Amino acid sequence: MSTRQTRTAGRLLVAPSVVLLFVWMIVPLVMTLYFSTLRYSLLDPGSEVYVGLENYRYFLTDPAFFASLVNTLVLVGSVLAISIVGGIFFALLLDQPVWGLPIIRLMVIAPFFVMPTVSALIWKNLFMHPVSGLFAWIARSFGFTPVDWFAEMPLFAIIVIVAWQWLPFATLILLTALQSLDGEQKEAAEMDGAGPVSTFIWIVLPHLARPITVVILIETIFLLTVFAEILVTTGGGPGLQTTNIAFLVYAQALLQYDVGGASAGGIVAVVLANIVAFFLVRLIGKNLEA
Amino acid sequence: MAREHTKTYRAGISVIAWAASLTLFFPILWMVVTSFKSELDAFASPPVFLFFDWTLENYHIVQTRSDYFRHASNSVILSCGSTLLALLIAIPAAWAMAFAPSKRTKDTLLWMLSTKMMPPVGVLVPIYLLYRDTGLLDSRMGLVALLCLGNLPIVIWMLFTYFKEIPKDILEAARMDGATTLKEIVYVLAPMALPGIASTLLLNVILAWNEAFWTLNLTTSKAAPLTVFIAAYSSPEGLFWAKLSAASTLAIAPILVIGWLSQRQLVRGLTFGAVK
Repeated sequence: MSTRQTRTAGRLLVAPSVVLLFVWMIVPLVMTLYFSTLRYSLLDPGSEVYVGLENYRYFLTDPAFFASLVNTLVLVGSVLAISIVGGIFFALLLDQPVWGLPIIRLMVIAPFFVMPTVSALIWKNLFMHPVSGLFAWIARSFGFTPVDWFAEMPLFAIIVIVAWQWLPFATLILLTALQSLDGEQKEAAEMDGAGPVSTFIWIVLPHLARPITVVILIETIFLLTVFAEILVTTGGGPGLQTTNIAFLVYAQALLQYDVGGASAGGIVAVVLANIVAFFLVRLIGKNLEA
Repeated sequence: MAREHTKTYRAGISVIAWAASLTLFFPILWMVVTSFKSELDAFASPPVFLFFDWTLENYHIVQTRSDYFRHASNSVILSCGSTLLALLIAIPAAWAMAFAPSKRTKDTLLWMLSTKMMPPVGVLVPIYLLYRDTGLLDSRMGLVALLCLGNLPIVIWMLFTYFKEIPKDILEAARMDGATTLKEIVYVLAPMALPGIASTLLLNVILAWNEAFWTLNLTTSKAAPLTVFIAAYSSPEGLFWAKLSAASTLAIAPILVIGWLSQRQLVRGLTFGAVK
């Protein structure tokens, strides 16, 4: 239906965005690929040597890689589990005829707007500090020994902080989806004698299947690259206990100045993210036609 | 659904909802309360909850420190600058794809989306080296460009989903009534497109304000925004909890307000139209 003229005009209007995104994505990525085949240290510039796949072999067989891969998966998996289960709970709760709902909504969504460095430091100091933190006080008043969160269970502490930021996101999306659920369907089920539990399992959950998938995919993309929370609380430690892939690449590049190794790590991270992105793009593409 | 909900049910569920949401909100509340304490009270164990000498001293100190202002104004410049720049590039593109879609529009959109999924660590090394060699390291211009490109896919997508909902017939009707192109834009298109543009703007200001990978890695002082300013409090010798709380409260307050205002558009923007 569009004439050749509008087609040309359309192309001209879209072109700047396409060109910019293409340059932004392809140029650095090709450079990363190129660097990943070099022995290249920032401390010793000008001495770059082609080493083939040496960096990959080194990076992938480095115990730090395996540790950080496990940490990444544990972090992503735990935060997803907490935010999906908690998100369903909060979404169901906020879908009820609750008094003061607008205020409750504001309180629930708020953590999502807190910048990562703020939430990490507030949790680390005001709550998880082993002596003066609020948790330590609560533990002591019940007669327990306070937990030194960042020494004894550092990864769990990070999971708590990140989950607190992402739970509101899951809640908001699942609540939006719940509110589009046809009330008549639920009423019909109730008239047929279905209790709240079976209504939830047979009607509400299937309706939430797609939004839950969306939450999982989108959160995974962001969670694979959690960085600031680790940088300002543990710096990846103690040892490698809280180093994820993103932090490992950062440390290799900007702390150890190993450009080649870091680039290989970066490519590994891109491959991991692409596996998730593949499914997400397909899901959204399907939705675009509907 | 306003059926047989008894008063007891409403009261019960309300209590649960308030308790649960207050728990979730408590860290922010506690941070705000702590920001009004003296450093001594902030450390007190057992903690003091409400009965302490409320003081504005921390805010005063944070305000008078000139580096706070520099970081805050950098945050404003980076988030607004990158968003406006992205809008400038994205509006024509989204407009064309929504009103004159071609066979390749869908693929183009999905490809743009996929660029957002590239993890930043994948390109950290070359970007860092490029910026170092071109003097863009720790410069506001370099960061505005980077944040703009990082959010461009989201901006295009959000605008596209909004523009797509503008009925095309109305344009033809206006044209039939003899409207000139200028009148068409001013009186017909702009009023319908502006709400979508506004919520796109708000969401992306939020995202850019809170961006903490590039800002932490590519800035040190001159161009550093509030994310970096707050991160400076992580050094173990500086246990200034009350001041940290005051600075944090100031850093998140504007974004909290914008976020609350745009929470409904947020779902749409962050799910690329997959959940409405």
